[in-house]
Amino acid sequence: MLQMKDVSKVYRTEMVETHALRDLTLHVREGEFVAVTGPSGSGKTTFLNIAGLLEELTRGDYKLDGVDVKNLGDRARSRLRNEKIGFVFQSFNLIPDLNLFDNVDVPLRYRGLGRGDRLRRIESALERVGLKSRMRHYPAELSGGQQQRVAIARAIAGDPRLLLADEPTGNLDSQMAREVMELLEELNAQGTTVVIVTHDAELAARAQRNIHIVDGIAADLEHGPALVRPTRTAAQPRA
Amino acid sequence: MLGYYFDLAIRSFRRNVAMTVLMVLAIAFGVGASMTTLTVLYVLSGDPMPGKSQDLYYVQLDARDLEGFEPGEEPQDQLPRADAEALLRARRADRQAMMTGGSAAIEPERADLDPFFARSRWTSADFFSMFRVPFAAGSAWSADDDTTAARVAVISRELAEKLFGAVEVVGKTVRVDGNELRIVGVIDRWRPVSHFYDLNTGTYSAPEQLFVPFSTSRDLELEHTGSMNCWNIAEDPRALGAPCEWIQFWVELDSRDEAAAYRDFLVSYSEEQRAAGRFQREPNVRLSSLTQWLAHKEVVPDDVRLQTWLALGFLLVCLVNTVGLLLTKFTRRSSEIGVRRALGASKRTIFAQLLVEAGTIGLAGGILGLGLAWLGLWAVEHQPTPYAGLAKLDLAMLVTTIVLAIVSSLLAGLVPAWRGCQVTPAIQLKSL
Repeated sequence: MLQMKDVSKVYRTEMVETHALRDLTLHVREGEFVAVTGPSGSGKTTFLNIAGLLEELTRGDYKLDGVDVKNLGDRARSRLRNEKIGFVFQSFNLIPDLNLFDNVDVPLRYRGLGRGDRLRRIESALERVGLKSRMRHYPAELSGGQQQRVAIARAIAGDPRLLLADEPTGNLDSQMAREVMELLEELNAQGTTVVIVTHDAELAARAQRNIHIVDGIAADLEHGPALVRPTRTAAQPRA
Repeated sequence: MLGYYFDLAIRSFRRNVAMTVLMVLAIAFGVGASMTTLTVLYVLSGDPMPGKSQDLYYVQLDARDLEGFEPGEEPQDQLPRADAEALLRARRADRQAMMTGGSAAIEPERADLDPFFARSRWTSADFFSMFRVPFAAGSAWSADDDTTAARVAVISRELAEKLFGAVEVVGKTVRVDGNELRIVGVIDRWRPVSHFYDLNTGTYSAPEQLFVPFSTSRDLELEHTGSMNCWNIAEDPRALGAPCEWIQFWVELDSRDEAAAYRDFLVSYSEEQRAAGRFQREPNVRLSSLTQWLAHKEVVPDDVRLQTWLALGFLLVCLVNTVGLLLTKFTRRSSEIGVRRALGASKRTIFAQLLVEAGTIGLAGGILGLGLAWLGLWAVEHQPTPYAGLAKLDLAMLVTTIVLAIVSSLLAGLVPAWRGCQVTPAIQLKSL
């Protein structure tokens, strides 16, 4: 699903050169649930941004679902991001002046789907997260946990093959965090590949595999630097 | 997607009403001021005889003596009476008319009306057909009437209604400077953009109320108004052989060949007059089409041009302000743009969305600007200028107003939209 080979990311200013990722090699198979951990500033968010095509890599190779993304232009990257990836952010990142329906509608609009198809997908996604009855409400009218569930609905409405989550429970209390985590596990069980970046050890422990990033170098916690293998049996890939 | 972008634009306006109102007002005032002055300029520089102006020509000859002669200088604007009458008699054009301005005392038959002066024109029969003058009753006088100095007149509808309370007054007489003139025609409402046929008596003044054959006006010694230039002492400057130019002469020529032939005729006429000792200079003739003549005389007032430039400058200032406001507005939305980019919007998509938002502001500004332009033209109408009543917003200018507003706002939106679509989603999402 996600193949990175010797990926490096360097941020350059006139004075400083910062190596956020160094020769990162990583393979996430379809249907896996992977947790990426590491201290602040270790490069895990940079990894997520590159994996989500939000940033370009400096060196190395990256294939997403078999597509080499290195030389893709903005339109092709945007289309790939829209069709293959769903994002869940720590701060939910819902658009405040759109109601839940319209928030979930955003990625579907950019895919150019017809009205009927969009309506069906939006209702289905909101139903999966238990918020269909509140689809005309605005984000400010919801609790943090509910907002994160809407964000998940938005991420899955387009039926992506890969779900990238950046500290998805970081702003939630333990009860809501558990609910969100169960939702992500449920989606993974249904075949969606899930990669989460987290500081939360309990959350990371629930993943099939943990990748630890320190100073831009990835390491499997059990097998040493740059060795990446599944530590649990992956869910069956979707047909 | 256009509908979606429009919907997002409306939501964005609701989110920050004050800033939106500021931008709409900036566009509206800029467009309103520009369209007011542009409309005045457009009307004043418009073709007064659409579809016919290319066939109408103004004639100039140089009948002056050699005093002050400078090679290559323009001939006089008007003709001496002798030459105008000679050209009229020659009938070498499809139509021709000599004319000058006049003023005459009208003595009404109605007891309740005091005598008054009417703006008049002493001309020849072809004037009416050449300039497509519409008739409410009767018709123009004939060429024979010109020759015989017949006591006839054509009057305007306004004058007919004032004197007789009716338009069907053909056959009645009007008393002009103590002379009875038989009315042969009543002109319907006729208001060409400019007083193009005689720029000496007001560039934008309305047509005259009374028209009398030139020959009759001389017989009756009716008063002449307008400019007159004499290059020698004349006992009676309006006499046939007086060395004075005071007559306008127009011809209608239906093709370029005819125009070329008429120009040749004017040259040979000048040569003949020189051989006869009347003209002293080398033949120096001009045959200007109506539009050439108006351009040569620079009929559009300088202050109108200046006002137009000032208004366009004001529009530019408004646009610069709008650019600043849009930059602020779009920069504030960087986080939303970052989310949209993450969810699959390309830079081009974001650019289009932001540009539609700018265009929608322009549409609103254009509609308001249209109202302001109407208000501006109402103010112009109440100015003490000769063109006050002419400036009206027609369909073309109405469409131009809306298009100008939208194009202006799109131009103003280009840089902010480009900056907006350059948002790096990773940075925006990290900062949330």
